[in-house]
Order: sequence, then C-alpha cells, then structure tokens
Amino acid sequence: MSRARADEEEYWHSSKFRAFTFDDEDDELSQLKESKRAVNSLRDIVDDDDDDLERVSWSGEPVGSISWSIKETASSSTSSLESRDSSLQKGSSSYAAFPKQVSSYSLSSLFKGRNRLPSFQSLSDALSDTGVKNYAPELRRPKAEYKDYSSDWSPKDTVRRMQRGKICSLERFRSLQDKLVLLDEAVAGHDGNVITAVLIFLKRTLRREILFRELEVRQVALCHLIHFLKETGEQKLLLDLLRFLDRTEEVALSQYREHLNIQDVEKRREFLKGCIGLPFSAEDTSHIQDHYTLLERQIIIEANDRHLEMAGQSEIFRKYPRKASILNMPLVTTLFYSCFYHYTEAEGTFSSPTNLKKTFKIPDKQYVLTALAARAKLRAWDDVDALFTTKNWLGYTKKKAPIGFHRVVEILQRNNAPVQVLQEYVRLVEDVETRLNLATKYKCHDVVIETYRDLKDRIQLTAYKCKVERGSAEEEKINSVLNNTQIRWKN
Amino acid sequence: MAAHLSSGRVNLTALREAGRRELREFLDKCAGSKAIVWDESLTGPFGLIAQYSLLKEHEVEKMFTLKPGRLPQADVKNIIFFVRPKLELMDIITDNVLREDRGRSPQRDFHILFVPRRSLLCEQWLKEQGVLGSFIHREQYSLDLIPFDGDLLSMESESAFKECYLESDQTSLYHAAKGLMTLQALYGTIPQIFGKGECARHVANMMIRMKREFPGSQNSIFPVFDTLLLLDRNVDLLTPLATQLTYEGLIDEIYGIQNTYVKLPPEKFAPKKQGEGGKDLPTEPKKLQLNSAEELYAEIRDKNFNAVGSVLSKKAKIISAAFEERHHAKTVGEIKQFVSQLPHMQAARSSLANHTSIAELIKDITTSEDFFDNLTVEQEFMSGIDTDKVNNYIEDCIAQKHPLIKILRLVCLQSVCNSGLKQKVLDHYKREILQTYGYEHVLTLNNLEKAGLLKPQTSGRNNYPTIRKTLRLWMDDVNEQNPNDISYVYSGYAPLSVRLAQLLARPGWRSIEEVLKMLPGPHFEERQQLPTGLQKKRQHGENRVTLVFFLGGVTYAEIAALRFLSQMEDGGTEYVIATTKLINGTSWIKSLMEKLEPAPF
Repeated sequence: MSRARADEEEYWHSSKFRAFTFDDEDDELSQLKESKRAVNSLRDIVDDDDDDLERVSWSGEPVGSISWSIKETASSSTSSLESRDSSLQKGSSSYAAFPKQVSSYSLSSLFKGRNRLPSFQSLSDALSDTGVKNYAPELRRPKAEYKDYSSDWSPKDTVRRMQRGKICSLERFRSLQDKLVLLDEAVAGHDGNVITAVLIFLKRTLRREILFRELEVRQVALCHLIHFLKETGEQKLLLDLLRFLDRTEEVALSQYREHLNIQDVEKRREFLKGCIGLPFSAEDTSHIQDHYTLLERQIIIEANDRHLEMAGQSEIFRKYPRKASILNMPLVTTLFYSCFYHYTEAEGTFSSPTNLKKTFKIPDKQYVLTALAARAKLRAWDDVDALFTTKNWLGYTKKKAPIGFHRVVEILQRNNAPVQVLQEYVRLVEDVETRLNLATKYKCHDVVIETYRDLKDRIQLTAYKCKVERGSAEEEKINSVLNNTQIRWKN
Repeated sequence: MAAHLSSGRVNLTALREAGRRELREFLDKCAGSKAIVWDESLTGPFGLIAQYSLLKEHEVEKMFTLKPGRLPQADVKNIIFFVRPKLELMDIITDNVLREDRGRSPQRDFHILFVPRRSLLCEQWLKEQGVLGSFIHREQYSLDLIPFDGDLLSMESESAFKECYLESDQTSLYHAAKGLMTLQALYGTIPQIFGKGECARHVANMMIRMKREFPGSQNSIFPVFDTLLLLDRNVDLLTPLATQLTYEGLIDEIYGIQNTYVKLPPEKFAPKKQGEGGKDLPTEPKKLQLNSAEELYAEIRDKNFNAVGSVLSKKAKIISAAFEERHHAKTVGEIKQFVSQLPHMQAARSSLANHTSIAELIKDITTSEDFFDNLTVEQEFMSGIDTDKVNNYIEDCIAQKHPLIKILRLVCLQSVCNSGLKQKVLDHYKREILQTYGYEHVLTLNNLEKAGLLKPQTSGRNNYPTIRKTLRLWMDDVNEQNPNDISYVYSGYAPLSVRLAQLLARPGWRSIEEVLKMLPGPHFEERQQLPTGLQKKRQHGENRVTLVFFLGGVTYAEIAALRFLSQMEDGGTEYVIATTKLINGTSWIKSLMEKLEPAPF
C-alpha cells in the first residue's frame, strides 16, 4: 500500500491503539486436532453404522428432555465418588461405540468449503455416496484457516471470512480509506456481527470526530454502533455521538434512562432534577418534570411517615401499618396512599390529597376513583358520602358522581361495603336495567322492589318473592306493594 | 419421536437430523466426560432437536443452568457453555471461569458453543475480561430455523422484532437468510421469491448475494418449495394485537406456549382416584407438549374455540363406544383384537381428558365479563368504529389498574386501526398511563412510537378503512363452526398478513397494487434460475408449496389461517410457515418494553 506516511498518522489513534485480533488456538493445539481428526476419519472408513446405533438407543430407554435433565444431573452431583465410578465406566463403554465423525451432512458443512470441492455436487450425493464422507472431517476446517495472519486478504475477503466465523486480523487496514472500504464491505454483507467487529476496530483506531463524521453518512453502521454502545454501557460516548448527530431527543431519553440504575433515592432525585432541562419533546418534558416533583414529594412524605409510624402516636399507622415505602411508586398509587393516611390534611401540606391533585392536575374522575377506593377500604362511609354530595347555591344537596354510580357500587362492593351503604348508591344508578342488575346481584332487595313497583311490573315482582327469605321484612314489603290497590299494574 | 415433522408436505425431519449431527460433531470434539452449562433460553429450542439421551451418548454427564458464582462440583474433563451471543451472559461466564479453582486436579477444560453464530463482540468482551484464553474450543452451532411441527419453523429469536424495527440492527435478518440457505441446501433452490417490506427486501438481497458467493451451493436437488413469500411484521402490525380466538391461539394468549410446551394450573388435572380424598391436589403446574403428533390436538388446534366443544363431545362418544366393544367381544380372536387396540384407545382417552380440561380452563376465561368487554372493543376498532376518540373501556381499565400490557395492546390496536391517533387522544392516553403505572414508562411509550405501533396521525388521513375494504379484513357473516374464510380465526377479522399471502396465490398482487403502496416498505419479486433438469413439471391437480416467512414474528392464529388455506379443496397452494419467533400480542409488546428492573448483578 503506497500511502503517504503522514496521511496515515493523521488518522492513526496511536495512543489507544491495540491490534484487533483474537488469539486463536496455537499451533501445537491445532496440530493435535489435525491428528485426532485423521484418526477419526479412519474410523469412519472402518466402521460406519451410526444410524443403527442411534435407533437402538432411542427406542430402548425412556428419554428425558433437556430441561428435565438439567435438574436431574445437577441434583445427583452430591455423590461425587459414585458418579465418578460410573462415569468412568460409561466413559469407556461409550468410547467403544464412539461414533466416528460421520457424514458430511451437518448444518455447517452444507456451506463450508464447498467451493473448494467442485466435484461435491449435491446433498443427495453426499447422502448416498459413502466415498464422500471421507471429505467430511476436512471439510469442517480447511487447514488454511489457521494461517490467517500472514495472508493479505482484500477487504471483501476479510469480511467474507469473518462472516464464516473465521478469525481475521484487521490491523493491516491502516489508512482511513482502507478502513472505510472495509466498513462498507461489512455493511454490504449485512452481518451485524461483522459490522460490529469492524466498528470496534474503527472506534479504537480513529479519532472520534472522524469516526462520527464518517458514520453520519453510513446510517446502517451508525445504528449498529449506537446499539453496541447501548449494550456495552458506554454512555458517555453514546451521548457524544447522539449530540454530534443532533438527535437531541434521543440524547435526552437515553440520559433519562440512566435514572433506573440509581438505587439511592436522594441521588436519583438529584439526577432527575438534572434531566428536567434536557431537550425532550414538549409533552415528555412535562412528564419528566412531574416525575421529579413526585419523587421529591415522596421523599418528604416517606421521612415524615416513617417517623410517625415509629413513634406509634398516630392511630392510623398503628391500625394499618404500612406494607411498603411510598418511594418510586406511581402517582395514582401515591394519591391512594395519601387518601388513605392523610385524607383530612389541609391543602397546604405536601401529603394532602388535594395538594397532590392540584400539583399534578389530576383529573376529577381519577381523583374520585382513587379517593373512593381508599376511603372504602377504611370503611369510612361518611367520607364516601361526602365525596358525592354537592351543594348548590340554595343549600340543597345533590348526589353526583363523575364516574357513574354503577362504578361506585362496584368499588364499594369490592371493599365489602354493607348492604345499607351499597343500596344507597345502587338506587342512584340512572339506567334502570343496570340498576336492577346490580340490585339483584348484590341483594339490595329494597331497590329491586321499589324499581319493579315504579315499573308497575307485577309479574317480575311476584317472581322476585321467591328470592327473599320467608317471613322477612322484604317479603312483607313485597306483599304490601302487591296488595296496594293504588298501583295500576301494567301486567 | 419426531414423526410429526414428516407428516406435512415437506419432510422437516431432514432439517432436524442435520441439527443433531452437527451437535454430535461438536460434542465429540471435546473428548472425555463433559458438563454442559446452559443459557436457559436455549434449553427449550434444543429440546426440539435432541433429548438428554443423545447428549449422554456423547459423554455429557452433568448439566447446569448458567448463573453467576462458582460452577458446581462435577468431576468432568470438559465444561461447555451453550449460549446465545449476549454480553450479559459473557459476564456470567467470566465470573464462572474466574472463580474456578485453579488448584484442582485434574483441571477442567472450558469451551463455548455460540448459538446460532459466533460473536466477535462477545469474544472481544471475554478478551477484555482476560478469560478468552481459557477456552479451548469456541465454536458456533448454526441452529437458525428449528422445526416445531410438520409445517412450522421458528428461529426463536426473542428480540428480532425489536432489533429490526427499533434498533435497525439486521443481524437477525442475516440469520434468517442463513437459515433459508440451509433450507435450500436441503430442499432445493426456491425458484420464486416474493416479498413485502424493508426487511423482506434485505433478506432477499442477502440470499441472492450468498448464492452468488457460494457457487458450490448450486445444488441438484429437485425443488420442494415453489415459492418463498417474505413478509415484514410491520406490514401488518394489527394482527398480533388482537386476541386470537383459535384453540391453540387462546392457549397461547392465556398460558403462553413455550417451544411447544404449555404449563397449566394443576387443579383440573388431578387424578380422579377414589378413596384418596381431595386433599393432595398437585401443586406443580401440569406441563403438556402440544404438537400434531397428538391426533386430537392436530384436529382441534386451529379451530375457532367455539367449535372445539362439539368436536370434543363427538370424540367422547366415539371413545366410549369403542370401550363398550369389549362386551361384544366373545371369541378369543375378538378379545385379542380388542386388547391390541387398547393402548391406542387409552392414549386417545387421556388426550381427550387433557383437552377437555384445557377447554374448561379456557372457557372460564372466555365467558368472563371482562374478556367479552375487551373483545367487543377490539372488534369495534377492527371494524372501524369509534377509533378516533378516547375509549371508555380503556379508561376504565387504566383506572382499575389492569395489567399495563393489556392497556398498551388496546391503545396500539386503536392507533393502528386509525392510522395513528389524534394528538389530543394520544396525549390523553399517555398521561393516564404514566400517572397510573409510573413515569418511567415514558421510555416504553417512546419505543412503541418508534416501532410505529403508537403514533400521532400525521398525514391527517386514515388509510385503514380503504385497506380494510379492499382486502376484506372485516367479515360480518363469519362462520365459526364450518368456516369458509380465514376471518374465523379472529371471529370476524381476517389477518392482513394471511390475506396478502392468499391474494398472492390468487389472483396475484397486481390486483391490489394501490393497497400495497399504502403499506410500509417495497414489494418485489425475484426469480432464482434452476438448472434445466430441475424445472418442475407439475402433475395435474398437484398443489404448489409456498414457504411464508414472517420477519418479526407470527401468531398461532395466523398459522391456523394459513393451514386453513392449505386445506381448502380448490386452494391449490399448501403453506409451510417460518418465522423469527412465535409471538402473541403480550409477548410481542413485552419485547418492546424497556426493562425497568436493573440487572440482577
């Protein structure tokens, strides 16, 4: 290669340079293997009955699956002495029947070295013609494979060899020009493994600015480098690269992702604070801001409540000890927590539900649902009542639920509300059919009776009589309604 | 053992055999006794190729799962790591190797088998940790396509979709192309290649290139496949999001089928013996293998679940009748004949018992109110109703904190059926999700957006109705019992991907050019030259064989739909299915979610 020396130096990242090679097997070892292969191939000719052998063993013994056997063999490892004995035996016996490095017909041999053997025509040939089998061991690993270092492969050949899992030294590619040709060849081959290997080489031997600049016009390689940096956790280089590319939103998200690795809450909070200014998309910015604010809140609440709980002064904490800390919980969970432990607090405190609602602009629906669930769990039915009571300017009270009363009923029922409480809300369900369904399902007899009465449905009401207890107040009520001569029944 | 693999039009046993041979060859390279340390994600796929007995024949005495710390004691000559080339696994291996007692004698030799490909990156990583030299053999096991059934192959590459569509990493496509080359080596060159999508284009290019570079791979096998159809998953993002309604699809949706095995709650499988009392209910989940080797399963797997009950009761009658026969057996000959049939009858009976139990388990769920509500919403979206506003049911589910994946499936489905959501609607959903499930999910939402599953409607135009009408994706008059169209697999919705395959076979894609242009990525056709002697002369009435390769995953319902087409009397085409991974909406969305827990070490 006749490139100006200075030119070469320019791109040569000398301080960091290490040759990109993998230590392959040394020569001695490869020779050993060669000889063993030869022995094996001899065996091939002498004795070739592999298929028979297999059939016997398959049908002969009950076979376990691999995952089953892992447990099996792992547990038996305690009696090591015994197992050694048996292993020795097994070893020797199976050696006798050792199956020869058989036919050429395995996944890898379908491709390896085929072009070196033009006579080797087809797979069916390979299967029928026993003579071909002798090639097999050699096919697996041509001798030349062990002599990579000295040879002068072109970029194309280098990539092709690497694709076949062979070891290649890349250090020969010294000029920027050569390296880029190599990279382009790798990309053209589509093998991510090779592309990444070349990128590692370039990353080591090129100045950062140059690497970035060249990758900017090579999108596929660029994606691979980004993926690689993410995977190896080279966060700093990754962020530099994304910044160089002006992919600011990705920088922001990638940086934000880091918070997941920070266990200490104080540090995490600090980190999130630092994320707020990052160039997220408009809507994400507000989410990240909220995330920070929430954690900040949680830290204050947690410190406070832990103290309260330990002191044992607060009744609610004594009666319902906290099962877990509130740190890092979602917003709605936090709201539930504060409705549970801090419901009556004034809006000024950080832990009060109304304060949370305001700070995070929690929609009415969401708020009511959460508060309802929390208060119902505590069986604080008065609070539940207050939640749905509105007063108009004349002082009249009215029941209103932004979530629909059927949902209210469901939540109360899930929290084992008594029938008296339940039926009050069943009564408020507007849709008659839903109301009847819920009332029947949860045995709110009064509501059922009243509804049938309002519907003037004598047949249904009569039928319902068998669902209530004999001699109960409900039965009496049904009878009195049925006997009421004022009602003009529709049937 | 693997008879079901040869039951189809293409004998896939040959592929399995090739895999077994390769495995044996590797094991024999490491002479002496061995212990295998398994990357857990590999045991399932390997189980489809070989069982423990094969390993044992080659002196594998112990097997462990890969985990950090010291390797268990085992007096073996060789320790072999079977792993996917992933960096986090390299860290564990490094830990194992470094903790190995150097003083022990005899020393144990280490080897690595990478599946499906050696990774230079991983080896580099090991080198940096200073342990690369400890490995005597570092090899690869090209297990690309694993035979799952007589007409089904999968690469079981969990992250393929994410890598292709989120990270633009095409490594799994390279493996797909390699797998296809292996298939062609075994079953002949596939003369016609069709494709739709960016990834499909890449794979076709790679195949053509590989063929050029290995002139030796020109083989003289009579081609088994007539056509290869390559389909990108992102051409049809809709189908996996919908709940599958075939028997097999529902088993997968509810319990998750892993490498043809399913684990079921044990209660319904308790042995009903008298006098034992109901006390000792089994606590271990019941594990069953599901494939076409089981006659009954092969019959019902692809049916709409609503048609399964009647088949089961019919079978029950037949089996009872068969057992009744014993009363009529009078002569020795008759009795002998009856006895000879007993094993088969008993197998049939236990198979029937199992599937009756499974059907009961599923029925408990499909008849629940929530399943019904969820399905109603899905079907509304797919038929184009109210896709442009915030959906009440989804809101309710968020409020009740249903599993996040369920929410994401529904929201994505709505987005796909509306060619993206209105900005206001999207923002509303996002806000509710983040407030309820945690702000960190902003990362997951961004991933979904990048993959095109959840996005704002940019063009201001909704293409879905046109696509739906042209491809007849929604069929109002669906027949679940005796289907006449593939839409039975989703009780009304005909999977887009399979419709494309169907229309390709007849009348050809030229009839739907306009719609193809609306779907992402190029569509193309390539021909691979065959030597003159190998060109097929089709017998009259002989079906064509098409290999459909789903890049990025396929669902059981789609497979069922293709099998339905194979069996159509005047269909003219039989299908073999290959994929990067068998998926359902849940496993698919999960693969796109940001891992929120830090790594365990």
